[in-house]
Amino acid sequence: MTLQTMLLVAAALFSVGLYGAISQQVVVMVMMGLELMLNGVILAAAAFWWFLSPTPDGQVLLLVVITAMTVEMAMGFAVATLLHRSRQSDMTDMATDLSR
Amino acid sequence: MLTGIVFWVLAVVAVAAGVAVFRADSMARATYALAASFIAVGLVLLLVDLEFLGVITVLMMTMEMAVMGIYMIMFMGMNPALMPMDMVHGKRPALAVAIGTFVVLAAGALLVPWPTRRGAPAADLVTSLGEAIMESKMLVMMTVSPVLFATIVAALVLALPRGRYDRLGDDLRAGKAPR
Repeated sequence: MTLQTMLLVAAALFSVGLYGAISQQVVVMVMMGLELMLNGVILAAAAFWWFLSPTPDGQVLLLVVITAMTVEMAMGFAVATLLHRSRQSDMTDMATDLSR
Repeated sequence: MLTGIVFWVLAVVAVAAGVAVFRADSMARATYALAASFIAVGLVLLLVDLEFLGVITVLMMTMEMAVMGIYMIMFMGMNPALMPMDMVHGKRPALAVAIGTFVVLAAGALLVPWPTRRGAPAADLVTSLGEAIMESKMLVMMTVSPVLFATIVAALVLALPRGRYDRLGDDLRAGKAPR
């Protein structure tokens, strides 16, 4: 277990999540892609913390990343609920007008 | 040696489960796969002595996947959530972007001359984290707290249907009897 191997695994997780976030049509599946990307970020941050500078600062950074994941989840579910209520759909293709 | 073997097993599980999220033929199985990926990463955190963060990652993601399961039942019904699905768009460009991103990140991981480790971890990492967020890094926690509170309020405002105080829409005088 080295810094490079942990970063490689983190890169793989991030890339798989990116594929999902770009390609999926269902809002919940897009959220799953985003969470997989943050999973990779958590692993990379842990690797940097352990192999470069094992101070409490790194742990605090990890807490912030986990908080970001929580916020993403809560707001994603709220938007999904709103979309479903207003348009009876949970597909991103039905909400393209939100980007205008 | 044992740590290395455990790491590789967890790494393969994490990535394979991550791939399975988008290869699974139902959203329910995709949810389980994502939970498995997060649990594997949480266990890797335990391998590098991050006990607190590893445990909260595992607990939080298990709970989140349970919430996701409820969402699938609410929005799609139990049976559709278990039925095969393939709802994607732009599969090939997405795959190209993902592979390109992996190549760039992997090249960075392997080619950058990373510095050597500075300092040693504290004897009790959980205590050191607790002291950090209550002393030198308190500003971070004081920022995170209102962000989480604002998230709760914003999520409720978005998700809740209009209540009894808003039954008349924007025209608040519409329900008043004429004098």
